[in-house]
Amino acid sequence: MPKTYQNPRYPYRRSADQDSAGAHHPVIIVGAGLVGLTAAVDLATRGVPTVVLDDDDTVSFGSRALCFSQRTLEIYDRLGLGDRLQAKGVTWNRGKVFFKDRLIYSFDLQPEGGHRWPAFINLQQYYPEQWLVERAEESGLVDLRWKNRVTGVSQDGDTATLSVETPDGPYQLTCDYLLAADGARSQVRRCFGLAFDGQVFQDHFLIADVVMKADFPTERWFWFDPPFHPGQSALLHKQPDGVWRIDLQLGWDTDPEEEKKPENVIPRLKAMLGEEVDFELEWVSVYTFQCRRLERFRHGRVFFIGDSAHQVSPFGARGGNAGVQDADNLCWKLAAVLDGRARESLLDSYEVERIPATEENILHSTRSTDFITPKNAISRAFRDATLELAAELPFARALVNSGRLSRAYCPPHDGPGPLGPNSLVPGSPCPDAPLQRGNQRSWLLQQLQGGFFGIYFTNQPLTEEERGKLARLTGDHPDLQSLVIARQGCRTPGLWQDCDGLFEARYGATPGSFTLVRPDQHVVQSWSVLDCEAVARSRAEALS
Amino acid sequence: MTSHLVTDPNIDAPDEFYAALTELHRDLDDPESAKVNAKLILLLANHIGDAVVLNEAIALARSKPGA
Ligand SMILES: Cc1cc2nc3c(=O)[nH]c(=O)nc-3n(C[C@H](O)[C@H](O)[C@H](O)COP(=O)(O)OP(=O)(O)OC[C@H]3O[C@@H](n4cnc5c(N)ncnc54)[C@H](O)[C@@H]3O)c2cc1C
Repeated sequence: MPKTYQNPRYPYRRSADQDSAGAHHPVIIVGAGLVGLTAAVDLATRGVPTVVLDDDDTVSFGSRALCFSQRTLEIYDRLGLGDRLQAKGVTWNRGKVFFKDRLIYSFDLQPEGGHRWPAFINLQQYYPEQWLVERAEESGLVDLRWKNRVTGVSQDGDTATLSVETPDGPYQLTCDYLLAADGARSQVRRCFGLAFDGQVFQDHFLIADVVMKADFPTERWFWFDPPFHPGQSALLHKQPDGVWRIDLQLGWDTDPEEEKKPENVIPRLKAMLGEEVDFELEWVSVYTFQCRRLERFRHGRVFFIGDSAHQVSPFGARGGNAGVQDADNLCWKLAAVLDGRARESLLDSYEVERIPATEENILHSTRSTDFITPKNAISRAFRDATLELAAELPFARALVNSGRLSRAYCPPHDGPGPLGPNSLVPGSPCPDAPLQRGNQRSWLLQQLQGGFFGIYFTNQPLTEEERGKLARLTGDHPDLQSLVIARQGCRTPGLWQDCDGLFEARYGATPGSFTLVRPDQHVVQSWSVLDCEAVARSRAEALS
Repeated sequence: MTSHLVTDPNIDAPDEFYAALTELHRDLDDPESAKVNAKLILLLANHIGDAVVLNEAIALARSKPGA
């Protein structure tokens, strides 16, 4: 039982829907886990009410996701939780890599400057979930129903029907759109008999959370083939509340129950941390990991988001981060369809965009696993050779793969984007950049929150004509706002300045260029001159 | 300009190089040899760097004799 965190218990409340036959809602979300809650809050910020059904009455129990990526922090900032995550989370910059019984190298992550959020933070999954529940409740648009277990789902052309089990007995609901966020063992997936395969590997992990009694460095330690755990890997990571997370890879052919026993765990931890380190074991659990996905993420009225759609190994912290990006991708589209700004077909782009992202996650996860757990003698020879060389020669460190941290998915592209060599290609997530206006400081992504944005870049105060064009664009399209950014060092009172020149550099912007951004902060298109008709066409395309 | 894998004779002193390769493994058992070979490949691959050249070498190494 964890001592540093007390799971909140959310009461079951009887809903009026349980007394009326066939209550109907536009959007129902199954699962109030990390991803279902993210979707509910995202939709609420866009004015879309949801009903969220969860079979439990609390947030995540025990140790699960730990590393939240920059893109997740950017998304959570849009949902009003960025500062809270950063304040509680642990940011680490120093890592150590061990091979057998020795330290082979340490490294400092030099975070790239000019971003509002760090590359990642460490935070126990129950915190963001708990804060999302609070946001959901504050919004007044999320009807969270705890102890509501979905047992059956069916659909016809335009509605999905759910059977729900509660402490007061069963009831039925219908909806226009169903988001299945019910995790890796998804009941919704099962109801439709969908195969969840393409399995690449499977493994057991033992997760131990320990509270250190004395100071212990805030570093990430990764062991390949350690003497206390031969042939496997181990990872030590700092969490908030003075808790350290230890992941021991067990392999597939081990007995999880045996491994979990304190008399087996504690000697290993002592060998890892040093005999003299005093710690208390707070939590031990064994997880099975698979690497697999659904073939399609949309099935008629039903959208699979998060672990119900895909599962990866923990190396690289891609599971939860990917699920948050699923929600980010889907929710603005759903909102646009529901308020009649976009046609239904827009929703097909959800899987078109998220399946390649999932494939990338599975690829990275598979490569990390192949490095960490070599599958034959020659792979092991290469792995060991790489680690031995890495001790002396920095080039080999680039080959060491103990997990490549989740980053926002960027579509593949041939050649430069529309503004030339440095410009972003359509579909790229928007990189952040610091902005300044007079004494006021802000960040680009904090200015791009809500609907579509057109970013106009200038090196002089706007002319009458430029102002007219921008006004016409935003007048014609109420879901499009404009943001004018002035080049670093230009005298343009009243405009946001690209104070460090990073917007110009990261977007390849040139004076007079215009970049259209989607509500999920991804680039639609850029132009070297503002052509209102072209922008209107592009916006329409992004909504079709 | 992209470069390609050099397959024309290019080793300065072929006999000496071959002897050095043989010598490298003389006292090693199979697992040690495998690791030393792996190191050699990694060192040379880093020296080459160019992905086109490396991929051509990988493909050529994999092709069956006489195929
Ligand atoms: C040990 C471990 C370490 C991890 N580390 C990381 C990490 O560092 N970074 C990262 O990004 N990810 C990590 N992950 C992955 C991450 O935890 C998952 O990807 C994430 O929880 C997925 O969220 P989800 O909302 O899709 O599913 P879940 O969190 O599993 O939520 C599913 C919800 O649906 C509910 N539910 C299930 N069935 C029903 C039903 N029939 N009716 C109603 N409700 C139902 C459940 O009660 C639950 O609340 C880790 C996972 C583990 C186990």
